[in-house]
Amino acid sequence: MVENAVFRVEGLRKSFGRIEVLGGVSLDLHAGEVTVLMGANGAGKSTLVKIISGVYARDGGAMQLGGKDFAPATPAEAIRSGVVTVHQNINDGVVADLDVATNLTLDRLSGSGAPAFFNPRRVRREAKIVADRMGLAIDLRSRINDLSLADRQMVAIARAMAHEPKVLILDEPTSSLSSAEATRLFAVIDRLRGHGVAILYISHRMSDIRRLADRIVSMRDGKISGVFEDKPLDYEGAVNAMLGRRIHLDRIVVNEAAKTVLAVNALRIAEGARPISLTLGAGEVVAVTGLVGVGKTALAETLFGTRAPLSGTMVLNGRRYAPASPGEAIAAGVFLVAKDRGDNGIVQDFNIYENISLPFLKRLSGLGVLKRNVERATARRQIGELGIVCRTERDEMGTLSGGNQQKVMVARWMSQPASLFILDEPFQGVDISARRDIATKLRASSSGRATLIFVTELDEALETADRILVMSEHTIVGEHRNADIDMDRLLAEVAGQPLRGAA
Amino acid sequence: MAITGILALGVTATLVVGGFDLSIGSVATSAMMAAAYVMVVLEQNAMVAVAACLLIGVVVGLINGFLIVYMRMPDLLATLGMMFLLVGLQRIPTEGRSIATGMTMPDGSVATGKFGANFLALGRHRFDFFIDNLLPVSVVVLLVLALLIWFFLEYTRFGRMMYAVGSNPRAAELAGAPVKAYKIWAYVISGVFASIGGILLAARLGRGDIASGNNLLLDSVAAALIGFAVLGAAKPNAFGTAIGALFVGVLLQGLTMMNAPYYTQDFIKGAVLVVALVFTFALSNRGRA
Repeated sequence: MVENAVFRVEGLRKSFGRIEVLGGVSLDLHAGEVTVLMGANGAGKSTLVKIISGVYARDGGAMQLGGKDFAPATPAEAIRSGVVTVHQNINDGVVADLDVATNLTLDRLSGSGAPAFFNPRRVRREAKIVADRMGLAIDLRSRINDLSLADRQMVAIARAMAHEPKVLILDEPTSSLSSAEATRLFAVIDRLRGHGVAILYISHRMSDIRRLADRIVSMRDGKISGVFEDKPLDYEGAVNAMLGRRIHLDRIVVNEAAKTVLAVNALRIAEGARPISLTLGAGEVVAVTGLVGVGKTALAETLFGTRAPLSGTMVLNGRRYAPASPGEAIAAGVFLVAKDRGDNGIVQDFNIYENISLPFLKRLSGLGVLKRNVERATARRQIGELGIVCRTERDEMGTLSGGNQQKVMVARWMSQPASLFILDEPFQGVDISARRDIATKLRASSSGRATLIFVTELDEALETADRILVMSEHTIVGEHRNADIDMDRLLAEVAGQPLRGAA
Repeated sequence: MAITGILALGVTATLVVGGFDLSIGSVATSAMMAAAYVMVVLEQNAMVAVAACLLIGVVVGLINGFLIVYMRMPDLLATLGMMFLLVGLQRIPTEGRSIATGMTMPDGSVATGKFGANFLALGRHRFDFFIDNLLPVSVVVLLVLALLIWFFLEYTRFGRMMYAVGSNPRAAELAGAPVKAYKIWAYVISGVFASIGGILLAARLGRGDIASGNNLLLDSVAAALIGFAVLGAAKPNAFGTAIGALFVGVLLQGLTMMNAPYYTQDFIKGAVLVVALVFTFALSNRGRA
């Protein structure tokens, strides 16, 4: 197999600052084969793709295309050599205000040798050739703006195929497609596979992977953690290699829940998903795990009032709970540490104490006038509790490391007592020691409230939770007490069932 | 200069929530025309005129906020549209004429109402302060409003939330803030401040002058943006805006005293503004790409 690899990557390294993102990645792609690349967020998938497509320069290692050295300095150079990438954001691949024909031939409009004048008829003629080769049945005169997401995706791929690539990289192409639309995409991919294109397909959706994969490569922490190519493919093994499980886990003493805090009854959070029912008790830490895109964030948002459920009811401390806004949720004692702290949490222009007090200004002011000394005392207490490394509570957020910024976000929501404390990916972009500090603090302070953590990485769930719930396809498919876990069953649940009309 | 400062304080409120208000100049002149119309044509007293002006400020602020928050218009475009709309609207009742006692109305009658003495006092009275007749009313109003908005922005939870909305609206929303309401309130504050400026302008001129107030927008926006750079705050703030207004005022006064021709003044103001913005944005480390 190795001899006929069209594209080879060997020992690829890349660091950003002191952080090593890729630590020696080796990968082969073969003609007429779909290689699926799996990996959790931060495993280094996008960095790998960006190096292959010429966006980033590598720090070390080698790449070969068809036996020759391949070192693209720009994306355009990679494309000219025959390595074409369709990025995750569909609208990066098309120009929305132009028609399909122009989009398909856009790359011929620039570069040396391109004619100075725009000839619509010639453009349409060339576009037709490209479209026919792909089996693309879209009116070439319609504007991209008027097309569905799937059609745009097809155009983006067709545009990529106009270069007649030897290697095609698809980065989560189905993440915004419906299952019917995805089926059309798969047909196109089958066609390309038939033409002998080597395809690298990046996805989290198990249904896609089961449908398409000839080989699976799992990535974890910047390294290849598993290659699976014997039929039938070992999907659970691939998921396990991607999520990983270190043997030297800090065993935790499992707490049993006291009285019920939150009862969720037949909650439906997505069209076509089975309803969710669960209860959370005071004093327990519950982790919800599952792959990216299975509805973890949607469930967190539903509990916090930023998203309305399709149906179902929630009861909090014996009272009906149906928050219409985060303000109502906070008033009811439901706090959320949102994921992607840079976008959803941190107010960059504020210092530490202003960030910590933000949701509780009403409680920290009298007649609307802020009690700064109380704010600052609260912040100082929280800085001590969580071990935030800073000079004073008036430090700007920009001076803190990622782990300390995340600690400030957790400190913000722990500064007042909660009934239900939700954390969505609290360990994202956080170094190992900060992660341990946060997890320890969460467990130590858990009495009297229910704590719900949404994490993709199994390790994080195993290290922090009393109970682990598994999500797949926008519903909860499994429950485990974190004492004597049947890992095989857990991984099978994460990997999901074969194609069941996934949404 | 005091009127410029009052308008600039209003713009500061919209800058704080990450917006901008280009309609302030025309809100001020509309308020001025409305005050004159109410007193001269409708022959009402000063209280009614002041109330009408403030109402205009509130309504325009609400409309601006509505267009920006619910119709999702970019702030600059929404308030630019509002600016043109008001410039035109204020001319309709008198068919483009300035309003003064004794003017002939479109239907041939003569308007006999007068500016009330107490209304004119707003523009002409001076308070004693160490020296007799030192402080005009407009300066006192400016100082009071500056103190008020400074206290509001720096020391109340509403002001703090407004800064949060301006810096990261998503984070503010997830911290429980009614982001839309805060944005609309900012435009209402801006509208009301501009209409107060208009009242003072009418009182100083003693007539509804179609041609006055052309420089209000440029000067007050300059004052507010220069305020960014004051004390290296790199954020909109009431104190900086007041200093900015003082700076613009002193600059103009100085140019006049140095016998610089009037037509060079706008150029110099513009140049100072650009330099101040360079200091604020390029030289501060705040700029996130």
